[in-house]
Amino acid sequence: MSIWEFANPRRFVHLTDTLLPWTTAGTVLLMGVGLVWGFFFTPDDYAQGSTVKIIFLHVPSAMLAINIWFMMLVTSLVWLVRRHHVSALAAKAAAPIGVTMTLIALFTGAIWGEPMWGTYWAWDPRLTSFMILFVFYLGYIALWAAIEDPDTAADLTSILCIVGSVFAFLSRYAVMFWNQGLHQGASLSLDKADHVANVFYIPLVISIAGFILFFITLVLLRTRSEIHARRISALLARERQG
Amino acid sequence: MIALMKRDLQLALRSGGGFGLSLAFFLIVVMFVPFGVGPESAVLARIAPGILWIGALLSCLLSLDRIFQLDYEDGSLDLLATAPLPLEGIVAMKAVAHWLTTGLPLTVAAPVLGFLLNLPVEGYLWVFLSLAAGTPALSFLGTFGAAITVGLKRGGLLLSLLVLPLYIPTLIFGAQSVTRVVEGQSNSTAFAILAAISLFTFALIPFAAARALRVNIR
Amino acid sequence: MELTVTNLGCRRGELRVLSGVSFSVRGGTALILRGPNGSGKTTLLRTLAGLAPADGGTISMPREALAYAGHADGIKAQLSVAENLRFWADVFGHAGIDAALDMFDLRPLAHRQAQHLSAGQKRRLGLSRLLVTGRPIWLLDEPTVSLDTESVAIFGRMIAGHLADGGMAIVATHIDLGLETAETLDIAQFRASGEDHANPFLDDGFADWGNP
Repeated sequence: MSIWEFANPRRFVHLTDTLLPWTTAGTVLLMGVGLVWGFFFTPDDYAQGSTVKIIFLHVPSAMLAINIWFMMLVTSLVWLVRRHHVSALAAKAAAPIGVTMTLIALFTGAIWGEPMWGTYWAWDPRLTSFMILFVFYLGYIALWAAIEDPDTAADLTSILCIVGSVFAFLSRYAVMFWNQGLHQGASLSLDKADHVANVFYIPLVISIAGFILFFITLVLLRTRSEIHARRISALLARERQG
Repeated sequence: MIALMKRDLQLALRSGGGFGLSLAFFLIVVMFVPFGVGPESAVLARIAPGILWIGALLSCLLSLDRIFQLDYEDGSLDLLATAPLPLEGIVAMKAVAHWLTTGLPLTVAAPVLGFLLNLPVEGYLWVFLSLAAGTPALSFLGTFGAAITVGLKRGGLLLSLLVLPLYIPTLIFGAQSVTRVVEGQSNSTAFAILAAISLFTFALIPFAAARALRVNIR
Repeated sequence: MELTVTNLGCRRGELRVLSGVSFSVRGGTALILRGPNGSGKTTLLRTLAGLAPADGGTISMPREALAYAGHADGIKAQLSVAENLRFWADVFGHAGIDAALDMFDLRPLAHRQAQHLSAGQKRRLGLSRLLVTGRPIWLLDEPTVSLDTESVAIFGRMIAGHLADGGMAIVATHIDLGLETAETLDIAQFRASGEDHANPFLDDGFADWGNP
């Protein structure tokens, strides 16, 4: 049994029927535990006070914001190479979630930045990179919205996603060259003791897992709706043609 | 392929849109900056490299939607696609023609406009060199955007939204190439990367844009 | 030389327009495509020209043997008649534009800018472009639109000359071009039904939606 079998829209829809209850339950459980634990059952940080707790929203959303773009890049490549409709529709379905996560990361970052750095916004390389990622998302979504024929839209947005990825990556190094920033190092690294204390680490990981499941649930649901929409338009076209 | 470029240049000259419009726009943008930020020459001198780069970049944007739109509407693009030229070569020639009619005049005009903004003496050479090295990347990336949006009825606004984010690295390294010299630092890294971005777009964009064109004419 | 098309399928956007298109054209003959509006004549010609992707099937000749002339003539208004032709001659690596200028009586107009031509004159210029492509198979989509009777006659002679040289033409038209070696193909017979097994969204396995 190959993974490509789920590239068939019908099989994919049936698969989501089975998966969605589980991912939904997992999302509620992990997000609930992670966030409640993070907000109410962790001590205040000695330096940052209670403001540190926004980390449980900020870090997962920021990780997703970047990784959703990666997922769109991979699904776009799959569409261009293998022409699996589900792949293209999954990229389309993921983009609005990605842009929302980027916005959440930017807003929570601003709220966190005010007490920490004394400013809501600074042209720090990482903040700037997220702003740039945000406009890349906007362009991608606008292109999907502008083209009527769904296969043409899938082709063109995929090409844009690939070229955009290259230049988004270049932009990230460009802003690092352009301005050295305020940001602390990566919040999560393999040797966890580095940046985040143990008390925060476990609820953070749970919260991240919850966000990932949340994303999976949403993207499955949205891809399914896109498949339904394509099915309806295909049926209408068949009706017209007789 | 030379014939294609010759024709595009001829058309740009005869329709009067090419050189004149984007240069006039560049002048107006540069002129507006003192109106916006005030006439103190110290302030202007500080922001001059960035303003010149942003002005050139925006002026470049103006004529992008004409790269393929007219050929698409009058059927030339269909005929070119069935001609013995590779579509990648057509894209490259279109981008070169766009650069010759916009990027090159802007590059030549920028040092003159730098005078209006009180650009420090050391900056003039590098404004010219950085624009000469960077505007080809703007033309190639713009050609890609034009290829993506050619089938759309009101593609102009969308074209800007798609292309501007792609311009970010070029703008940063281009403006840094000038700013660093003016501030007495070495600009060799910035300038080398700027040139590398241009070369990179020459290699990558024709393939991506040709693919987009094939999708749009089918 | 023979052009053979076997079991070709054509799409217009998401829709399958034609399926199982099969025919062959020998050198020196023309094929006239007939069919009501919207039956897919333009789509078929664009598919043959390689502009639209074929939905299965084979075409025996390479794209490089085909010259396409669609509804739009690809004429640049700011260039003169001669410059327009010269450009296409250069693109197709063909030397002379003299034969093309003479064929449609365009020589008196050679230095006039194309924006000052009438619709019929533009059409004549667009069609004479075929002569500078040097390609053996012409794909013509409603070539006689806005031509007067006299020009239609000239155009008929132009195609006849091309066929006499061993070329071929596939023409979508409703006008009799006076060609002796023309066969007619009614493409209504290839009209695709709404059934499209290649479209995964029409999979009948979806039928259990709504009543799980």
